[in-house]
Amino acid sequence: MEKIVFEFDAGMPAQGRSVAGVVGSGDLEVLMEPNTSERTVVNVTTSVDGFGKVWEAVLTRMLGQGDLPAVRIEINDFGATPGVVRMRIAQAFEELAETPGA
Amino acid sequence: MDAQELLHRESFIELGARSRARQLLDAGSFRELIDPFERMVSPWLARQGIVTQADDGVVVAKGTIDGQPAVVLAIEGRFQGGSMGEVSAAKIAGALELAAEDNRNRVPTRAVIVFETGGVRLQEANLGLAAIAEIHAAIVDLRRYQPVIGIAAGTVGCYGGMSIAAGLCSYLIVTRETRIGLNGPAVIEQEAGVAEFDSRDKPFIWGLTGGEQRHRTGLADVFVEDDVTQIRSEVLNCFRKGRPAACRSERVSGFLHRLAAFNPGEQATSEEVAGIYSKGFEA
Repeated sequence: MEKIVFEFDAGMPAQGRSVAGVVGSGDLEVLMEPNTSERTVVNVTTSVDGFGKVWEAVLTRMLGQGDLPAVRIEINDFGATPGVVRMRIAQAFEELAETPGA
Repeated sequence: MDAQELLHRESFIELGARSRARQLLDAGSFRELIDPFERMVSPWLARQGIVTQADDGVVVAKGTIDGQPAVVLAIEGRFQGGSMGEVSAAKIAGALELAAEDNRNRVPTRAVIVFETGGVRLQEANLGLAAIAEIHAAIVDLRRYQPVIGIAAGTVGCYGGMSIAAGLCSYLIVTRETRIGLNGPAVIEQEAGVAEFDSRDKPFIWGLTGGEQRHRTGLADVFVEDDVTQIRSEVLNCFRKGRPAACRSERVSGFLHRLAAFNPGEQATSEEVAGIYSKGFEA
């Protein structure tokens, strides 16, 4: 198990929060909450060691532009592929707009 | 069934625990307690190098069913096989205990448990087992006031101490896809040998422990298709029927009477068990 933290520039703080995915084989859980500053922080906990560079590449491609809302992201990963990671993060951003949990 | 009906059907099995809970409650009434953002995670998994899930695999949802106060406890089978750890099992036990307390205070809170579990979480051992015992006690307490409805939809099934919890429910709703048993097929094969139980023989396993057979043998009350609308309407039916005259665990002598007719020296077959158990469990 490995823990990695990333930070990116971001826009205004997000509205609402969301949860997507589960900590199951080949999947991951994404928890998304507003961040106060114009920064996005990603805390990754993954069951697969030694893939820091891949995480950095995937997250930089999604969040590196700095134009998405500022969020705190917690990722609990159980061996998801980069494609699944991108879909779950996109899903979490999409569901932010809706009433969380309802 | 025609193709259109199949296309319009919404699968319950394919839904995650949170969506299952939302579908069972009246529209718009879903409110989650101890939600993922409270991060009440297992304190034991990370120490063993295992990634935790923010809700520990159990969704506790308050709301209404049929306009009456209700709580739905849905287990997420994809996280650690839906296993019951100290936190996840305590969430279920605590919610059931509070529902019973509500009833003593004249608030008729009812409960639905969505089983999707291999039983105790081995990494948390006795703490999980102790909490499962609390779930059993809480079901027996609550079912004196309101029916407690269990749903085993699949595909994980319902095993170990949680199969006892399913057996204690006032009504148990099952699909063809689920299985219910005290021990899983691999465990039986390991302990008793492949001649006794071949864990690779799926027709054999479903023939003895699958949802359809459990219904045929009176160990489950309602047999449903994997369909959100049908499952929800059967939950409403069960609540409208009210408490059964006697729960299965109150008919022990009837079960023992039927069990006495079975010869354990020979391999049981699906038909043989159905033949004995379908005679009912009146003492």
